[in-house]
Amino acid sequence: MTTPPPKLRFATVWLAGCSGCHMSFLDLDEWLFELAEAVEIVYSPVASDTKVFPQGVDLCLVEGAVANADNLELALQLRARSKVVVSFGDCAVTANVPGLRNLWAGVDGGSRQSVLDRGYLELADTGAQHPHAPGIVPELLERVLPLHEVIPVDHYLPGCPPSAERIRTFLEHLLRGEEPAMEGPAMLGFG
Amino acid sequence: MSAKLPAVHGSINGQAFTAAADATLLQVIRGAGLQVPTLCHLDGLTPVGACRLCLVAIEGHPKLEPACVTTVADGMVVHTHTPELETYRRMAVELFFAEGNHVCAFCVANGSCELQDVAVEVGMDHSRFPYQYPQRHVDASHPQFSLDHHRCILCTRCVRVCDEIEGAHVWDVGYRGSTCSIIAGLDQPWGDVAACTSCGKCVDVCPTGALFRKEDGTGEKHPHPERPRQLAEARSEHHWQNQ
Amino acid sequence: MAVTWRCCDATACRAAGAAALRQRLEAEVGAERVKPVGCLRLCGQGPLAAADHDDGRSELFGGVAGERRLDWAHPFFALQRPVVLERCGLVDPSSIDDALAQGAYATLAACRLRPAAELVEEVVRSGLRGRGGAGYPTGRKWQLVAAQSNASKVVVCNADEGDPGAFMDRSVMEGDPHRLLEGMAIAAQAVGAAEAYIYVRAEYPLAIERLRTAIAAATDRGVLAGLPIQLRIGAGAYVCGEETALLHSIEGGRGTPRPRPPYPAASGLWGLPTLINNVETFAAIPAILREGGDWYAAMGTAGSKGTKVFALSGAITHTGLIEVEMGTSLRTIVEAMGGGGLGVVKAVQTGGPSGGCIPVELLDTPVDYASLQQLGSIMGSGGMVVIDGSMAMPELARYFMRFCVAESCGKCLPCRAGTVQLEQLLDRFVEKRASPADLAQLEQLCGMVKATSLCGLGQSAPNPVLSTLRFFRAEYEAALAPGVVP
Repeated sequence: MTTPPPKLRFATVWLAGCSGCHMSFLDLDEWLFELAEAVEIVYSPVASDTKVFPQGVDLCLVEGAVANADNLELALQLRARSKVVVSFGDCAVTANVPGLRNLWAGVDGGSRQSVLDRGYLELADTGAQHPHAPGIVPELLERVLPLHEVIPVDHYLPGCPPSAERIRTFLEHLLRGEEPAMEGPAMLGFG
Repeated sequence: MSAKLPAVHGSINGQAFTAAADATLLQVIRGAGLQVPTLCHLDGLTPVGACRLCLVAIEGHPKLEPACVTTVADGMVVHTHTPELETYRRMAVELFFAEGNHVCAFCVANGSCELQDVAVEVGMDHSRFPYQYPQRHVDASHPQFSLDHHRCILCTRCVRVCDEIEGAHVWDVGYRGSTCSIIAGLDQPWGDVAACTSCGKCVDVCPTGALFRKEDGTGEKHPHPERPRQLAEARSEHHWQNQ
Repeated sequence: MAVTWRCCDATACRAAGAAALRQRLEAEVGAERVKPVGCLRLCGQGPLAAADHDDGRSELFGGVAGERRLDWAHPFFALQRPVVLERCGLVDPSSIDDALAQGAYATLAACRLRPAAELVEEVVRSGLRGRGGAGYPTGRKWQLVAAQSNASKVVVCNADEGDPGAFMDRSVMEGDPHRLLEGMAIAAQAVGAAEAYIYVRAEYPLAIERLRTAIAAATDRGVLAGLPIQLRIGAGAYVCGEETALLHSIEGGRGTPRPRPPYPAASGLWGLPTLINNVETFAAIPAILREGGDWYAAMGTAGSKGTKVFALSGAITHTGLIEVEMGTSLRTIVEAMGGGGLGVVKAVQTGGPSGGCIPVELLDTPVDYASLQQLGSIMGSGGMVVIDGSMAMPELARYFMRFCVAESCGKCLPCRAGTVQLEQLLDRFVEKRASPADLAQLEQLCGMVKATSLCGLGQSAPNPVLSTLRFFRAEYEAALAPGVVP
């Protein structure tokens, strides 16, 4: 009797995004059972309780842009510990909505200050103050970056969010050891 | 295309064609059921050759030629999708995305945007060029329409349709280089320009979500890029002469 | 023994104190023995004044007090072959009488007795090529316009000289404006045009003033064979040196290029067949028609006939204006005429933002269209900037790219958006924080902008990068930061 081949070690990561890509991932519904047969989910905000990104990951889907110090640290860590990294959804691919604050990168105070002032002072009903909890609330980076401007990325899966169908087709290719054929409206398209 | 002109012959991607001698390469390419992407071109408006997406390779020509403004010639051997052209087209589309602020997720034109479609057509899954996040503005001074400059790709369709079809010439291009923008009147708020007839043709032909009707929310824009051709034809063929 | 002074009254010497020098000389010998003239060539030593003695001797002095005695026998002067500049520095540019006395408009008068086709043929035989940069055969262009059957045709002079380090056309207009007018009038007769325009950049106020004076005087004297020549002043756009953008600008439109064909020869200004040549090209015409095309073609090389004016500047001992035979080597120009570099010469930049850098090892390259092109540079309009060892090549490339970013008209995407990305990529090399991927991207984007831009400005914008990558690649590689990802 032979031992079954070790399962692919699979992770998903949530950086600066709305979690919509993960919701779309959950829309895979019963196909998730098939996925669970093929992979071992070692890190994921929706399918694992692990707090530290583990070593030896085979495939990692990364949702969200890189907007703060925690995002940056995790991005570097996951790259160092993963064989294949996928920019998962428009925020990871383009910085998308989180990146809009980059419009204020050139103004007085920069985008970080502008967004904090707007969010926590100007729009506050009561108790206007900047959040300040060193070591707990991560510092914002001056610019929000797409993942590939921070770490090398192996595949891009655009969409806001990518549909469950698109995610499934993409993963099926990878699980079969094939290059995903990223072409046509089924697999490509922002928004 | 005039029937009186002699026909010319050539080939596109190995497929033989016969065309009127005054036809453009783009007409012939599309007539043959083939496809090259375009953004500035629109049937019914004067071509300007500005977006450079319809560039094709013609054997014997030292440079790539824009199909929209190149007239066919006898014996032309044309290639529309060489590896070089495909690379350059994708780079061009990435440059379009990077130079503006195109966020499909909440754009009025999401799902009906020609830039979004062209990105799919050229296989763009990300931009290798960093996004520039230019600080532009939104002109909502017109009672019915808005112009969001962040989404403008400077195709000048609005400029041309207003000048050539509507005859109002509300729009122009102002400024230079990467700071170019579409301007209304003498660089005034759109709503202050008395020449505007509020016909909406600029909104109809805008390939992105830059020009839109105020009632349109995310993904609700319904452009009508066919209108200039219809109107130009109607005029030349006197569709309304008895009305 | 009486002396007559020729005082340079061109822009560079004016900036160096020509007015004070002239005042001093006029007080010394009387105003009637001091004549203002155009460029005396050795601009770096200005203000310049030449003392012509009655016995035929001539001396040259530099400085307001005449403190620097200069040597006409120096190779800087001795190796020049003035054709376009034959009267520049001798004639008073504001005096039509002086110009007429020195032969201006004599060739035009003679040409009026000759059939138009013969004039065109003479230019074809001369082998003259466009001096604005592209090097299109001038005679061929004249033939194309002459062959158009339209009743109305136009002659346009492109005087929108804008390359950094280029002042050839300015010197011609400031120094001998009647030569330009005569060349244009001959051209108009040859191609059958009845009106003419000069499009000159607003940054050349003295050239504009001299042209205005010259046009008024020539019209007044009736020496232009009835050709009305109108002046059009640019509004500061470099791209208006591109012929279709220039024509749009004359028409009152936005200065942006359009795809060709149709070429201006078939459909140019107001849709009329238009002959458009640059200042130096027109200024070569009177001598060619006077001496014959064969005379001109006997100078220069097989593919590049005649003489060419260059503006020599940068890290070089003698800066100024030179006119040499085509085919003169860069070494002759830089080492003999220019007196060598101020520091260690590293390269010579030709062709401005559309050109490239020739490394010092290739200084024996003859200056002709083909040789420069083979090295990834171009003849261009005639700017020649000597680069010394202190200049880092990625920085030089970024300087020119910034120029192109600032001067892009914004009509076509590759030039409008591609140059911006190229400048930012070059920033990474200048600041030594580039990755190998950046180097690959830089080369690929250069290729894209070059191959897909609408007009010559965009198509040639990557040239300074490509040329320095070709000869100084090590400098780019040395700017790669090992730790940078991705």
